[in-house]
Amino acid sequence: MKDKACIVGVGATGFCRGEGSGKSLHGLQLEAALTALADAGLRAGQVDGIMPFPNLGTAEGFAASLGCENLRFATTVNMGGAAPVASLGVAAAAVTSGLADYVLMPAGWNGYSGSRAGAIVQEMTASIPGGAIARDFYLPHGLVAPPQWYALIARRHMHEYGTTAEQLGAVALAMRKHAQLNPAAVMHDKSMTMEQYLASPMITDPYRLFDCCLETDGAAACVVTTTERARDLARPPVYISGVASAQPYPADEITGREDIFRTGLTVAAPRAFEMAGVEPADADFAQVYDCFTFEVVQQLEEAGFCTRGEGGAFVEGGRIELGGELPVNTHGGLLSEAHVLGMGHVVEAARQLRGEAAGRQVADAGLGVVTGWGDFGDGSIAVLRN
Amino acid sequence: MADSGKKKAAGLPLPLMQGLHGEFYRHCAAGRLSFQRCSDCGRWRHVPREICPACSSWNWSWEQSSGRGTVYTYTIAERPMHPSFAERCPYAVVVVEMEEGVRVLSQVVDCPPSELEIGAAVTVDYLSVGPEGTGANDRQGEEAGDAGASDSEGIVLPVFRLA
Repeated sequence: MKDKACIVGVGATGFCRGEGSGKSLHGLQLEAALTALADAGLRAGQVDGIMPFPNLGTAEGFAASLGCENLRFATTVNMGGAAPVASLGVAAAAVTSGLADYVLMPAGWNGYSGSRAGAIVQEMTASIPGGAIARDFYLPHGLVAPPQWYALIARRHMHEYGTTAEQLGAVALAMRKHAQLNPAAVMHDKSMTMEQYLASPMITDPYRLFDCCLETDGAAACVVTTTERARDLARPPVYISGVASAQPYPADEITGREDIFRTGLTVAAPRAFEMAGVEPADADFAQVYDCFTFEVVQQLEEAGFCTRGEGGAFVEGGRIELGGELPVNTHGGLLSEAHVLGMGHVVEAARQLRGEAAGRQVADAGLGVVTGWGDFGDGSIAVLRN
Repeated sequence: MADSGKKKAAGLPLPLMQGLHGEFYRHCAAGRLSFQRCSDCGRWRHVPREICPACSSWNWSWEQSSGRGTVYTYTIAERPMHPSFAERCPYAVVVVEMEEGVRVLSQVVDCPPSELEIGAAVTVDYLSVGPEGTGANDRQGEEAGDAGASDSEGIVLPVFRLA
């Protein structure tokens, strides 16, 4: 499947908090979808495959609104925040096998003005793969939300490897620094120092407020087709060189894993790099799903950018900042751009590889990595090139 | 909105007491923290599963745990992420690794969160949290057409104390 399918269009809405988007959940994603289709030079009616984000819309609904009269591929990868990147793989398989010609992937939500994190806890617990386990064994003890699930892993990592608060802070600062170069970022014009990071209130130890992703309104989308069809379209294609997704074991229970650091990405990353025929060190940048700071540290380790236990040191000293060895989340990520469920990372990767990232452009970007993380550690990764 | 005559407190989210999950909690209510143990390969398991993930055997029994374990990891909630726990903040949620090898998500009831340490030895205790059918979660069960039984001594959570 290497290089047989491409991302041919990307798009996003504006991102906001405050008054909110003023659009419905459906309308917001439609706006991103239409932007991505226009970017590709496709008419909406040409779309015959749709892969919605889990629980945020149906392929039928999007097809109806967009006038897709020939919808023949409609599926959702149920991996939470790992879904968009995992969907790249499924979409690539679909278009190369002929199940669809043009697959549209919308994702977005009114994450600020609509369903705030606290309010959706119970609803979410009913929708994730381990929902009944979380309900019966986690909720009664007060483990109710994703930052707590992952904080358990972060705390153990700090214990075993000496990972520090300042190292988590280095992740938050890098994302914030990049947001200063991205006018669309919610945290544009809001710089942050290590002192401010350390002084931010503790939410669920070891996570402070600034370890946590933003709650924002916004949507993003991309379109995938075959390399052959991509040649006729408006924008330079972004080749899907390697892609894989995988589950931790067990995927429905987060506390009892023999190796608590082994996540879906641990399994997926070697497969994606093997498919692409490259090594992690070949990447010019990485867009790493940053729901919380430690998940960046952990994914850098499990994806093979450094060895396990070295992630804390890896993110220090500007290594993951623009100009560093591996710029991470050049748009600001979920931490400082907006929480677009991981699709923002795909959009940014494509923009970097098309040379459209303006003031935050990685010089000579030719190969990039994008990851996804969801539910109890589901993982996905794509190796993209121009 | 049928009037079931049953008072629904907006209380703590409680386990639904269905199936194997319910069996686990009924052992706790009897003061015996127990886990499933495979009758063929001998492996202990938690959370409950219908077959042994190690050897696929259907044969198993509930066996009582020694009740002893160590703190494997924890997180301290300083800000409430669920209204039911707002008054409890700050509180720690703790993963305990039992002598049998399984891990249990729980809480250490006699240790201030700030004094928790990974590796601390703990022993099981039991916390009664209310009669069945009173938890915030039970609304889900009702909607699913299963109001659940409410004929036992109530729901008891396994919690831990410093050893």
